[in-house]
Amino acid sequence: MNPIYLDNNATTPVAPEVLDEMLPYLRDLYGNPSSMHTFGGQLYKKIEEARAQVAALIGAELDEIIFTSCGTESDNTAIMNAVETFPQKRHIVSTRVEHPAVRNFCKHLARKGYRVTFLPVDSLGRLNIEAFMKAIDEDTAVVSIMYANNETGVMFPIHELGEILRERKILFHTDAVQAVGKIPIDVKTLPVDMLSLSGHKLHAPKGVGALYVRKGTRFYPYIIGGHQENGRRAGTENVASLIGMGKACELAMQNLDKEIVYLSSLRDKLERTLLQNCPDARVNGDIEHRLPNTTNISFEYVEGEAILLRLNEYGICASSGSACTSGSLEPSHVLRSMGVPFTCIHGSIRFSLSRYNGDAEIDKVIEVMPSIIQKLRTLSPFGKEKIKV
Amino acid sequence: MWDYTEKVKEFFLNPKNAGEIENPDAVGDVGSIICGDALKLFLKIDKETNRILDAKFQTFGCASAIASSSALTDIIKGKTLDEALTVTNQDIADYLGGLPKEKMHCSVMGREALEAAIANYRGEEKPVEAEEKIVCECFNVSEEKIRKVAIENHLTTVEEVTNYTKAGGGCGTCIPDIEAILKDIWAVKAVPEKPKALKKLTNLQKIALIQEVIEKEIRPRLQGDGGDIELIDIDGNRVIVGFRAMCVACPMGNVTLKGIEEKLRELVSADIIVEEG
Repeated sequence: MNPIYLDNNATTPVAPEVLDEMLPYLRDLYGNPSSMHTFGGQLYKKIEEARAQVAALIGAELDEIIFTSCGTESDNTAIMNAVETFPQKRHIVSTRVEHPAVRNFCKHLARKGYRVTFLPVDSLGRLNIEAFMKAIDEDTAVVSIMYANNETGVMFPIHELGEILRERKILFHTDAVQAVGKIPIDVKTLPVDMLSLSGHKLHAPKGVGALYVRKGTRFYPYIIGGHQENGRRAGTENVASLIGMGKACELAMQNLDKEIVYLSSLRDKLERTLLQNCPDARVNGDIEHRLPNTTNISFEYVEGEAILLRLNEYGICASSGSACTSGSLEPSHVLRSMGVPFTCIHGSIRFSLSRYNGDAEIDKVIEVMPSIIQKLRTLSPFGKEKIKV
Repeated sequence: MWDYTEKVKEFFLNPKNAGEIENPDAVGDVGSIICGDALKLFLKIDKETNRILDAKFQTFGCASAIASSSALTDIIKGKTLDEALTVTNQDIADYLGGLPKEKMHCSVMGREALEAAIANYRGEEKPVEAEEKIVCECFNVSEEKIRKVAIENHLTTVEEVTNYTKAGGGCGTCIPDIEAILKDIWAVKAVPEKPKALKKLTNLQKIALIQEVIEKEIRPRLQGDGGDIELIDIDGNRVIVGFRAMCVACPMGNVTLKGIEEKLRELVSADIIVEEG
């Protein structure tokens, strides 16, 4: 059974073009780019080509892109850089709905004596701007706010926040791992100082990421060792994957406009039909400001893991914010921060699409979902009165 | 993804005894939608014989919660109430071929619903909530429940307590309290259990006791780590066992054998030798 893969915010399939581009560097061209012989040294050029492709996707300059091993490393590096840059400043501002790569790193710094403000969001997952304005002060070393939420797809007003922070001369980092390649981003006009991206969210392989650092921003390396990446990130380059990430960014750039239209229409069809055909279902998040590929739907009175395992029987891959799938016994911190009611929170399902999804796949989900929900509801002790109506 | 047994998947996808019983003789209602799982157990009971004629359930929860509920109803049907009360959460898990250790709380929920239903039938009052000392505020778990489940399942670490009761799995504030409870339980229990003089056993008694110790003391612990053993043969004082599940490839096999031998020497006879068959 071919999977119907609707979990692209978790990871994406490697694009065939990307794999083709990478294979020679996994087989024959295994040299070390730092070597003094042509066999290795020629790879350096390929890495710079990849860097140019990544830079082009977000409108950056070549030397503003540092390759890393993943989105998490990019996030950690960015925040640590700010802390190193302003050793006298002891305050960090972030949000309650960040990815663990930012959230837990901020908590780690809180244990080391930093004051961390996690900004609240409203019931649609929108940032509380008033709280933001109150939080930032002279002691703030960095503000780290995600571009788009991985669970709901809700996008924060990074441009507006950036303008305020630029005026206050506060360093601004955005975790754009879910946004890059899905919506247009241009750092020439976007007022951020640092921006994280990840390869495997845009059809490159796992284990490669990048950090954009605006020219003129001080930079302290996080991983220390050799002179790679101009001394800004040590460690022998993951050559094939960097090349793959470059190719993936090039493809994303070529396809971006038509993919936005394609994915949002596919997603909207899925969302609209599921809401029509499944009673007591609701969308989580601000649908006006959302990634084109993501929908997060709560099915009341049923539990997410049970839904996922029944979907799994049809080869349908999605994810859930329920406690049973989080590995921590607690349901999604994102949905809890939004104040999603407990009758809904355990039954939340995220579908996240990619260019490789087709109409027939969406139709299959639409076909099987109502009966899955109905079956689980007849098993559930809750919500009976409402269903009988 | 959880590593569920085929049995769990089967009981989840095609649950037996799902639904309500009209005019039930007893209802056991445990868990809550806030905590993420809840089970409502309905019983039909023969008033003359106190035998469970029918058992049905409604469950809100994950696959293992639904499978555990279904297994519970299967196990207790036809049993008298007193017989049913001897069913442990481990019995429910065993019936399903085991549960992932993080999911053991689903089997505990089954056992709790059974107790609640029988108490309901017998007209016993539920403990008043206010009198219970709640240790874990996130999942509303009382000290009494932690003690009971820890003793029944030989739990010695906070992680195990979390797996079986969810306590400590939320904000984590209560972890020191759980540690204190565990320390208290095992410090007291360890002393009076030791000086048990071993009786001289007949061959038949010895074989039965070895089987019992392996089933009740040894296998649950190994299964907790994803392993298992099977008793192959008993020849005089030689006990021959085979490693199963994770134990098969475990480099600590010899240590496990020694551990089994020690336990059997302690509880059965001092001259037991354990070998791998």
